[in-house]
Amino acid sequence: MTSVSITTAGPGDRTTAGPGDRAVIQARPAPALRDVISIAGRALRAVPREPETVIPPVFIALFFFVVNIGTLQHLTQSHLKGFDIKAFMLPTAILLGVTGVSRAGSLVMDIQGGYLDRLLLTPVRRLAILIGHMVADVAIACALMVPIIALALALGVRPQAGPAGVAVFLLMGCLWSLAFAGFGYAIALKTGNPAAVNSSFLLFFPFLFMTSSYVPRGQLSGWLSVIATWNPLTYVLEGLRSLVTIGWQWDSLGKAALAIAAVGVLSMSLCLAALRGRTRRG
Amino acid sequence: MSLRQAEKDSGQQTPSAAAPAADPNPAGHPIAAPAIRVERLVRQFGGVTAVDEVDLDIRRGEIYGFLGPNGAGKSTTVRVLCTLLSPTAGRAVVAGYDVATHPEEVRLRIGVALQEVALDPKQTGIELLRLQGRLYGLSRADIRRRLAELGQLIDIGDALARPIGTYSGGMKRRLDLAAALIHNPEVLFLDEPTAGLDPVSRARMWDEVRRLNTELSMTIFLTTQYLEEADELADRVGIIHGGRLVAEGSPAQLKRSVGDDLIVAHVDGKADAARRAVEPLAGVRSVEVRGEEMTVTAADGAATIGAVAVALSSVTPVRHLTLRTPSLDDVFLEFTGNHFTGNHIQATEPDHGARQQRDHLEVGS
Repeated sequence: MTSVSITTAGPGDRTTAGPGDRAVIQARPAPALRDVISIAGRALRAVPREPETVIPPVFIALFFFVVNIGTLQHLTQSHLKGFDIKAFMLPTAILLGVTGVSRAGSLVMDIQGGYLDRLLLTPVRRLAILIGHMVADVAIACALMVPIIALALALGVRPQAGPAGVAVFLLMGCLWSLAFAGFGYAIALKTGNPAAVNSSFLLFFPFLFMTSSYVPRGQLSGWLSVIATWNPLTYVLEGLRSLVTIGWQWDSLGKAALAIAAVGVLSMSLCLAALRGRTRRG
Repeated sequence: MSLRQAEKDSGQQTPSAAAPAADPNPAGHPIAAPAIRVERLVRQFGGVTAVDEVDLDIRRGEIYGFLGPNGAGKSTTVRVLCTLLSPTAGRAVVAGYDVATHPEEVRLRIGVALQEVALDPKQTGIELLRLQGRLYGLSRADIRRRLAELGQLIDIGDALARPIGTYSGGMKRRLDLAAALIHNPEVLFLDEPTAGLDPVSRARMWDEVRRLNTELSMTIFLTTQYLEEADELADRVGIIHGGRLVAEGSPAQLKRSVGDDLIVAHVDGKADAARRAVEPLAGVRSVEVRGEEMTVTAADGAATIGAVAVALSSVTPVRHLTLRTPSLDDVFLEFTGNHFTGNHIQATEPDHGARQQRDHLEVGS
């Protein structure tokens, strides 16, 4: 076996090197931002190695975008003068694509494989483990929206709020993705069960159809109209849609921001409680 | 035999195993404190007591072997000492800091390789080590330096650039060890580091543990269910059984506490008559009978075995007769009343002449 000499501190000496020694390696708490960047970096490096986590959401979003346009374009053109179904469907496609995109699944694998314990044995801040994953989620959500928006632009959609509106559109999509991802992390940390995390997306699915995803809210009737009125997703969709079809409509944007905040507060509260439970040493 | 091994076998302390030092000073600075001090540590899960009033005092630079079968409380003790679990009662101080009140300080000073290799199979070895270094606040230059050093230490060469999922079990163990060492810890916890390894990988791991201790004077707390591992590596061994520390001392001391030489005979019945025949013989110190196995303790086994054979054969047929020095299994048997068979214990029924199980024996020189 190769013999190797390692520079080190002697017992009880963590600050000084002996004569002729190089500086002694000494562990110290890393700055909080560095903790977050380190965890986020690991999460992002894993994405190209797990394409199965990002390809299906993009595919589903693009698929429904194209199919819905193909299904409804002729009908809307002949009955609703000036109605742009492509612009109308873009926010629906975006929410389909970014909702449920999170690294919660990999966090579960960390729990099951014991790697979370290895992280918890380091001085890393417990919250940084969560925030680092979420920072990665925001970056992934942003990247996932690009091909969907690019397709919409290629099909002739011209956002009325201009380039700044597209930036706000991206930001709102990312924030919504993050707000919803909190549920996935809460389930991941609470259960440590991959199946439970995967099923968290199913929580979202009914809500997407009980809103104005396919027709304007004014066209909904009866119980569906009532549910859509209380469904926060309705306001997120309307806010995003206003940027594409109308321009800067602050009322819609404000309601969208409030809806995202409300869902975010709920999901993050659950998430933080689950993190406390998971890292509790008692 | 190395000097260190010779010292270990003779029961003498190694130079690196200095005498226990004082508690942390009032400012909490760990000057000359023992590496690990545990006082009446209890850890319960619901109503189940996994660790029951364990006391430990481990010197800096010592390899301490924590020996016990599965479920004895070894891993729970390690998880408390490395801050993953809080003590239910009692106190544990590691590297001069209380694990309950200053877990962050403890984490900076310890390295841990848990029983289940805790690695991310999607990362490469080098990515994992770099991340570990960053989380311990090391600079880029320090991380580079440690990677160069640890790359040689764990000796997995180009594999460091490969995803960990492609590693063999032995390579994963060594990488896990490197991850535990990236920040140059004062105290290293190894929870069953050779469990599941083939004999070659096990011997390699032993070499690495010895080297870490001799070259770096690193305190190593090693749990194991392998008697020979504790015997080979540890300066001192603590035997844990049912959550309680039942014996503690150097391997040589523990073995001496059982007796000098052991003559083990398997007889066909008439065990009591066999005992009566052997007990009066010159040189025989004690006789224990468990079923059909009779263990004779003798100061000079070679000189006594002939007389024992003659005495036994006069009263009962003898199937096997062996002479050996005491092993840690004998120590385990002595203090728990059970044989130690790796990952489980094998109950034996001591007869009325067997020595009583003791609550806790600390064997000193």
